[in-house]
Amino acid sequence: MIEKSAPSAQDRTYKIRGKVRFREHLMGWLFVGPFGIVFLALLIAPLAYALYLSLFQKRLIGGTSFVFLDNYVKAFTDPSFLSGSWFVIRFSLVSIPLQIIVALAMALILDAVTSLFARFSRLMIFLPYAIPTVIGAVMWGFLYSKSFGPLSDIFGLFGAAPPDFLSSNLIFYGLVNVVTWQWAGYYMIILYAALQGIDPALYEAARMDGAGKWQIALRIKIPLIAPALLLILIFSLIGTLQFFNEPQILRSLAAGTIGPDFTPNMYAYQQAFALANFNYGSAISFALGGIVFVGVYAFLFFTRKRRSFL
Amino acid sequence: MSDRSRAGVRRPPQRHLPLQVLLGFLVVYFLVPFWWVIVNSSKDAPGLFGGGNTLWFAGRIDYLGNLEQLFTYDNGIYGRWILNSTLYALAGGVGATVLAVMAGYGFAKYRFAARRFSFALVLGALMVPATALVIPTFMMFSEFGLTNTIWAVILPSLLNPFGVYLMHVYARDAVPDEILDAARADGAGEVRTFLQVALPLMRPAVVTVLLLSAVASWNNYFLPLAMLSDNRLFPVTVGLGLWQGIASANNAGSTSLWSLIIMGALVSVVPLVIAFFTLQRHWRGGLSVGGLR
Repeated sequence: MIEKSAPSAQDRTYKIRGKVRFREHLMGWLFVGPFGIVFLALLIAPLAYALYLSLFQKRLIGGTSFVFLDNYVKAFTDPSFLSGSWFVIRFSLVSIPLQIIVALAMALILDAVTSLFARFSRLMIFLPYAIPTVIGAVMWGFLYSKSFGPLSDIFGLFGAAPPDFLSSNLIFYGLVNVVTWQWAGYYMIILYAALQGIDPALYEAARMDGAGKWQIALRIKIPLIAPALLLILIFSLIGTLQFFNEPQILRSLAAGTIGPDFTPNMYAYQQAFALANFNYGSAISFALGGIVFVGVYAFLFFTRKRRSFL
Repeated sequence: MSDRSRAGVRRPPQRHLPLQVLLGFLVVYFLVPFWWVIVNSSKDAPGLFGGGNTLWFAGRIDYLGNLEQLFTYDNGIYGRWILNSTLYALAGGVGATVLAVMAGYGFAKYRFAARRFSFALVLGALMVPATALVIPTFMMFSEFGLTNTIWAVILPSLLNPFGVYLMHVYARDAVPDEILDAARADGAGEVRTFLQVALPLMRPAVVTVLLLSAVASWNNYFLPLAMLSDNRLFPVTVGLGLWQGIASANNAGSTSLWSLIIMGALVSVVPLVIAFFTLQRHWRGGLSVGGLR
């Protein structure tokens, strides 16, 4: 994403006329400034504040004291934080590839089929993205429900017992399903837009060289949309590691299955707002944010050598 | 850019039957939850729990009755939630878009001190999980007495680094320097050049950023859940979450609340679906920009 702009005519002009440069600096900052203020106030300041808070501890006796990294030591030895982190890591490993594979398959189909039904399908597949995650989770909560969900009807047709996606055995897959339903359509649209940007003359050339449909898809289409694939991979990674809305909503339906420490984010929320332990909650938030940042940055660093995306 | 005919080769319509059948299955999967909600929002509590077919209508179809109940329950709190969501989405969406458009244009078209460093910071911010900011922002706002006010929801949604990134990429490609220089040579000031020359050229990306930030604000759950305690300030997401918690907690006593939640979920989805469908030409063009670089 770090852009390489060739020196424009503008650059050269301003190098010659140094007098104009002050105006250029000023105008640049005037345009960027308002966002800059919001950026400082609502991103940099909270991060700094979270870091500050996370270094303190509030005790009933003795008040607030500086404990340096104690909260982090506590977090990384806290079974609740560790099991939540382990859950989101396992969840990422299953749900992210699944979402991307489904999205890619749909994008390739929709790129190959140009019928009225395909255009209709494109919109319908995208529709779940327009639904707030909370409402999506509420809807699936209904569908999973034993008292008014359709699962018992559908499985009853075959004389089988319905699976209980709210039970501790299956909640993992229940959530994988909700997340895939919600996001695959959005990723599909990004990939589809990238596929549409490919010059069809390339396909003609490949066909003349004897390439079949599969070869065109695998050897031309997928490599050419690699930047878009990387983009959605990063989006889904950032989104999945901060998993909160869906389990929080399904919690009330599956109270025994989803505890308050189900994901690190839920645990931070519980510590801060249910137990008023803002210092520890901040430490968990900051640790989680740090893990996401380092993880994504490391990932980008290693892919950067081969891809021109960043 | 998404127009194939412009690329030179015009292809005949492609209809692969097996692929279309596969698409049909996928469409059914993606539509089942909507179908369930549409069907079941027509039912009253006995219809819902009576054990009939959960994917088909019960004997009595009563959309209007359920709608009336939804909007009158608890002194019409649901209508208030919808209005709150609208306010948060509009204020947050418009504010974030104005800031992102100006900043993206500034980054793309001016060479100023610390520009590269600042832009790298914005890109880094794309990777900061939004929810990691909720607890410290809450603590900061509570020091200023801003928690449990509408500002607690609106101000944080003004921050949209992805919007700045999208606008930067778009402004760089869609607004040629030569046109700006020509406007300046004709005596237009920088602000007028931006408003009258650059802005019309950036319109598709502006619509995309506006739609994405408005939707992000409408969908927001964690932030208002943490910030607000007065349920008259809730957006519809937090409100329905609250109802769902109550209904699950005392399952037997609140069967009528379930039909309100189902109807409420349906109504809350309508504005977004309309927004996406009416503006789809614009946002899809805008997304391709982000996906191609």
